[in-house]
Amino acid sequence: MSRKLPPKDVVIIGLGWTGSIQAQELTDAGLDVVAIERGPWRDTASDFPPSYSPDELRYRLRHELFLKPAQASLTFRNSIDQTALPVRTWGAFMLGNGAGGAGVHWNAETWRFAPNDFQMRSHLTQRYGAKFLPDDMTIQDWGIRYDELEPHYDRFEYLCGTSGTAGNLNGTIQEGGNPFEGPRSRPYPTPAQKQPFSHTLFAEAARKLGYRPFPQPSGNLSQAYTNPLGVAMGPCTYCGFCEWFGCANYSKATPQTTILPVLVRKPNFEARMECEVTRINLSADGKRTTGVTYVDSSGEEWEQPAELVLLCAFQLFNVQLLLLSGIGTAYDPKTGQGQIGRNFSHQTVSTAAGFFDKAKFNFNPFISSGSIGMCIDEFNGDNFDHGPLGFVGGGYMGQVQTNGRPIEITQQLPPGTPAWGAKWKQAVKDNYLSTVYAGTGVHGSSASYRTNYLDLDPTWKDRFGRPLLRMTMDLHENELKMSAFLTDKYAEIIHAMGASQVVKQPRKGPYDITKYQTSHLCGGAIMGTNSSNSALNKYLQSWDVPNLFVMGASSFPQNAGYNPTDTVAALAYWSAAAIRTQYLKNPGRLIDA
Amino acid sequence: MHRPLALILAMAALCGCHATEAAEDSQDFSQLDKGRYLTVVSDCAACHTQKGSDQAFAGGRPIETPFGTLLASNITPDRDTGIGAWTDDEFVNALTKGTGRHGAHLYPAMPYNYLTKLSRDDALAIRAYLKSVPPVSHQVTANQLPFPFNIRLSMLAWNALFFAPGAFKPTAGKSDEWNRGAFLVEGPMHCGACHTPKNVLGGTETSKALQGDKIDGWLAPNITNDFQRGLGHWSPEEIVAYLKAGHTKLAAASGPMGEEVALSSSKMTDGDLQAIAIYLKDQPGQEQPPPPAAASNVTKAGAAIYADECSACHGLKGEGVLGLAPGLAGSSGVQSTDPTTLVHVVLQGTRSVATDAAPTAPAMPSFGWLLTDDQVAAVTTYVRNAWGNAAPEVAANDVARARDRNP
Repeated sequence: MSRKLPPKDVVIIGLGWTGSIQAQELTDAGLDVVAIERGPWRDTASDFPPSYSPDELRYRLRHELFLKPAQASLTFRNSIDQTALPVRTWGAFMLGNGAGGAGVHWNAETWRFAPNDFQMRSHLTQRYGAKFLPDDMTIQDWGIRYDELEPHYDRFEYLCGTSGTAGNLNGTIQEGGNPFEGPRSRPYPTPAQKQPFSHTLFAEAARKLGYRPFPQPSGNLSQAYTNPLGVAMGPCTYCGFCEWFGCANYSKATPQTTILPVLVRKPNFEARMECEVTRINLSADGKRTTGVTYVDSSGEEWEQPAELVLLCAFQLFNVQLLLLSGIGTAYDPKTGQGQIGRNFSHQTVSTAAGFFDKAKFNFNPFISSGSIGMCIDEFNGDNFDHGPLGFVGGGYMGQVQTNGRPIEITQQLPPGTPAWGAKWKQAVKDNYLSTVYAGTGVHGSSASYRTNYLDLDPTWKDRFGRPLLRMTMDLHENELKMSAFLTDKYAEIIHAMGASQVVKQPRKGPYDITKYQTSHLCGGAIMGTNSSNSALNKYLQSWDVPNLFVMGASSFPQNAGYNPTDTVAALAYWSAAAIRTQYLKNPGRLIDA
Repeated sequence: MHRPLALILAMAALCGCHATEAAEDSQDFSQLDKGRYLTVVSDCAACHTQKGSDQAFAGGRPIETPFGTLLASNITPDRDTGIGAWTDDEFVNALTKGTGRHGAHLYPAMPYNYLTKLSRDDALAIRAYLKSVPPVSHQVTANQLPFPFNIRLSMLAWNALFFAPGAFKPTAGKSDEWNRGAFLVEGPMHCGACHTPKNVLGGTETSKALQGDKIDGWLAPNITNDFQRGLGHWSPEEIVAYLKAGHTKLAAASGPMGEEVALSSSKMTDGDLQAIAIYLKDQPGQEQPPPPAAASNVTKAGAAIYADECSACHGLKGEGVLGLAPGLAGSSGVQSTDPTTLVHVVLQGTRSVATDAAPTAPAMPSFGWLLTDDQVAAVTTYVRNAWGNAAPEVAANDVARARDRNP
């Protein structure tokens, strides 16, 4: 049986970006906060020093930083009539583990969503009519507006020192930035990173085709920066070991390089590492949480009572813990009833590889960083007319090549190259320096559908004997059409760069759990305008259990054509502000609807 | 640390005891507060609190001396194992005269030869503060020295040779600020305990005051105004920033000095730090011959290693990144005649101090596993002689000896 610990004001489940942000905000408000984290403590100095952190085999191929599937996994199937099987090696997405969460191994592409992304259904319905959307598409409005979120985007970007060129300052379009972005209240804290050759060439080609390219907003800093908390960050060295790796140079914005050094000095903050929360506890009437139960690394079970519980785990595990704790009603795809597990979405990425004449083009691909890149936004969201195209959604696209790492990059050679032997070696020699490698060049949105959802698996259990989460997910015609269209547009630009061969790789169905796409899993505990269309209100407060707030991309009703972290973090700041200014004065439902 | 104080305040408020004007105002905590501050300035916790322990001042931390190991004593108010049963006079004598409770002589690992500069009022203030901390029952046998050093009577002779007792006397003709700095540096902060060379008997070489000494595999550098090796190129503002935040453009406090900054100087007032800077900038350095130039083949190899392993953080021109990687060009630590600290940091790596003003605590990784003795010698020689730096060559043997000391 579990032993009961002295109560805390706040329990935070998971110490990634959102847990760190909430812990920082709520300890500032004077609350006594404990974060309970499944994985180990990690910091730059001890865990990824520059003398050995750029190790492709250890981190990229052997997944050193990630959750181990033996520790926690999920089952997968494409459709309701299939039997799901457990995932034993990560493929389509990577799951972080330990202090910093997925914020350790991200690339730090720091995009804001566009204003009308937050009103996707009403905006599209208004422009194209309700019949334009497929029947089983369950996209909806978020219940929050861009202008409400803007100050919180700003806070996160200034925490991170984000490098970029503003495209819209208080409504005035700026030369060199993204003209489609929502208005920002001030420029990026640091100027955009300098771009390598192939990225520069992409921008030139895009400009010639009539587009307006701009540097990708980057959390790999262009210059040294000290953030508002006093934490110092260094300039990026373009080493090309960002995604899948910890940054050794204090140059990539992560909880480690922005918040945790301050948090660990606070007497009212405590982190319990390698402790896994197994249940969020409820009062007898089910209307309040009383804290959490967790198991420590020696297998002992503890109950940690608290006044306020913040669920800050990764999207999948937020949903799993809600289902396991009996909070809200599990979603049933047959009836469409129930909110927990509904509106699961991912990211529809695609790409095109460009092979160039090595006598004319030397791209030096190893000079790179995780969020380097020149992009265009003409085909994102509703920046273009979908009427004649027969689909909705879109994405940014760009030359965003993150690295020239030898194992990964040498897998990508012109079609027809043998997989080994002298000819393979020659092809690597001929192409290494003169290829625009296929990566995530097209960053497409992912709509939500009635049959894409998460629930508890009836068969497979985790190490505690709890049901694994089951993912039912497939690509729909709308996304496939969109991906084909966007990939064509992207390939045109690569071609205009001077490529002698362009190999298009649009996203094809069925959804493949074994091939990496992005780690941008969304939905399952979504925010919305009332308790009949969402699990959370616009402050990320549970409709059912008002002293529970659920952070993260699990709150997204569908995913936009941008990377989600900036929005995830902005929502955490927004929620923390609501807790500090409203909830603490009058604990209870912040909205009755 | 303030909890006992808060508790006393709270209890006093509950009692409502303000009926009569007592001889001593029970609400007057000025002596206690002065004592707390002097305890911080004297950095008592550095030795008397075990590393990582939450039992403040309960003693037990080993102090390495050239003569053997001593354990710092329990100075909590516990009557049996601490100093709760001591009289005020006994306490004052221990601090300022180096005599223990029953007249036994203390070893100068306890810096009574510096604390002697405290006035009796100062010492009693520290006493008052130490009375307010929670008593901890923790028996410590301080003397772990081998024969003959374990005979405390030998300290009589040592004291006669090297100990000049007496409270601080201001120097006429110097400003109040200078004199405050002199009091702090020569008195409670006991800077010379690390930074002044010792003779073979462990006595202070007063003619070389603050000119640097080795401690625990580090060099406590010259902190006089010597332009070649000391603080000559440091502005008073940089000295204040270093003591307060632990970081300047050309230096990051780590190792023993990192502890000092964390526990002591980062908690001192800006006025006192300024006074220290004024005083140190007025300490004359020693003339030294210009350093011999390093052989060019060594620096060529060193330059290549530097470009591969070091330049990402410290910059292609040794310029560093403020708050993260100290600049090497123009750094007095890098150009120190004795390369002990530089070699130590390359081999072992080190983590700089976290303070409220600079919480990042970035680290230098260890390269001992990656670079051979020759390579470490080459790269350290390079940084000591690149970008206008000049210092004697580091030999592979120096590196090998440093490895042996800290395997």
